[in-house]
Amino acid sequence: MRLDLDQIQQWIPQGSRVLDLGCGDGTLLKFLIDHKQVTGYGLEIDPEQINACVDKSLNVIEQNLDSGLGNFADKSFDMVLMTQALQTLHFPHRVLEEMLRVGKECIVTFPNFGHWKARLHLTFKGRMPVSDLLPYEWYDTPNIHFCTFRDFDLLCKAMGIDVVHRQVVYERSIKPLAALSPNLFGETAIYHLRKGAES
Amino acid sequence: MPTSFPADSVGLVTPQVMHFDEPLMLACGRALERYELVYETYGQLNASRSNAILICHALSGHHHAAGYHSEEDRKPGWWDHYIGPGKPIDTDRFFVVSVNNLGGCHGSTGPTSTNPDTGKPWGPDFPKLRVRDWVHSQARLADKLGIDQWAAVIGGSLGGMQAMRWALEYPDRLRHCVVIAAAMKLSAQNIAFNETARQAIISDPGFHDGRYLEHQDVPKHGLAVARMIGHITYLSDHVMGQKFGRELRSGTFERGTDQPVEFQVESYLRYQGDNFAQSFDANTYLLITKALDYFDLAREYDDDPVAAFAHAQCKFLVVSFSTDWRFAPARSREIVDALIGADKPVTYAEIDSHFGHDAFLLPSARYQQLFGRYMRRIDTE
Repeated sequence: MRLDLDQIQQWIPQGSRVLDLGCGDGTLLKFLIDHKQVTGYGLEIDPEQINACVDKSLNVIEQNLDSGLGNFADKSFDMVLMTQALQTLHFPHRVLEEMLRVGKECIVTFPNFGHWKARLHLTFKGRMPVSDLLPYEWYDTPNIHFCTFRDFDLLCKAMGIDVVHRQVVYERSIKPLAALSPNLFGETAIYHLRKGAES
Repeated sequence: MPTSFPADSVGLVTPQVMHFDEPLMLACGRALERYELVYETYGQLNASRSNAILICHALSGHHHAAGYHSEEDRKPGWWDHYIGPGKPIDTDRFFVVSVNNLGGCHGSTGPTSTNPDTGKPWGPDFPKLRVRDWVHSQARLADKLGIDQWAAVIGGSLGGMQAMRWALEYPDRLRHCVVIAAAMKLSAQNIAFNETARQAIISDPGFHDGRYLEHQDVPKHGLAVARMIGHITYLSDHVMGQKFGRELRSGTFERGTDQPVEFQVESYLRYQGDNFAQSFDANTYLLITKALDYFDLAREYDDDPVAAFAHAQCKFLVVSFSTDWRFAPARSREIVDALIGADKPVTYAEIDSHFGHDAFLLPSARYQQLFGRYMRRIDTE
């Protein structure tokens, strides 16, 4: 099972209405339907992934996240999810804003570009990091907007977003170190977000 | 089965006729006392009668959706790419019913049938029909065939409109609704094209106010022009360019010659128009285009499509094609957004295709895969 699934499901109330942005082959949505009896839709643009969702009897809608979520009403979902897609968007902050408009709460996961391996790669090789998690070359990668945990925290602050929870996924061996500096040792972060109170 | 038919064909099929003696109340306020529907079926109805699929046809369609009428038949039914053993609408699993709509001109009661009150062809006196009238007549056919609930009602274009109307009029009589290249209502541009086509028919001297059969005449020129106009809207600019470009069929632009120039596309459209005029009835064309124009899924639901779809109980598959400008992907998106607003199960795909509106009839790897995989998940029990 994917590491993040178990964490995400803990933050999702039973029977929620969810929207999963960039739902891929529908693994997460199916997991939430089976374990949390959620209802909802996945948005995806890759034809193969859409077919995989159809096979799982999921409600999958072909929609490009970069075109926004203008077709969804305010607060029409209990939870809007986006796993490992933030870094592929043309305007991550705008989509984030839209997620918080459409959903009462949001969950976002993304890979940490501040991870020590990435830092070493750039420092010593002088080249853009390529890893198991991010296996693309800089010119062909779908991941066009990398950020670190710290970058994301600052964006949330600037946008007045409340971070309800944050869970960092580490490699097992590195766990003792990780608590010291998540931004250096964390591979993936799972953020549970809510729109901050209007000031 | 004769070996001359492909293995994935339903093979030889014979149209059947169902008679109805109960008057059918129509949306226009009139009633049709007696009528007949001609239809075809493919595959076997299972013991629990739960694997039946209704195919709704588009403007120029009819009951012959798959297979061949004779050994000599050169062309199979109009949706043969999608109906047959192992095809998306798999006749090894499903019992498929394809009916010629009321008011049609391929066997079902329509303007060319005899009006029992006068003994003459109905012609322009045939009652004006709405999409819902077709749906009601199809429901009666289902009754006679012993089908309480369709596994799916499926249609492209105007057929998709019938499928959606089914979901609202008989919510408990279908489990899935497949809406392909359709719209919840026509745009002003759609209506404009239809009206231009109708004017071509009406202004043909052979039309005789719709009583051409009594005059042993046919407005074949007008009908051909109507088809040419329609045909342009079924194709994309790209596919017309690719197919015909500016190729000449005859003539030349060379200086000193006055031989008239004919482009390939002109000759193609005329051929399509003339062919159509020989096989289609002008009053039916007027009747169906009017039904299209008047169709507005949400009109009686306060113009609120979310409120309309709130009545549906089935699951939906909505499909559009990238270069379709007759019922563009944006029209399908409106359907999907309304379904999401009404919290209904829906899957939506926009298929990349060069073929414009016609794409819903043509083979395409992605369309076939998606459609087939959706159909495979439909429970036949």
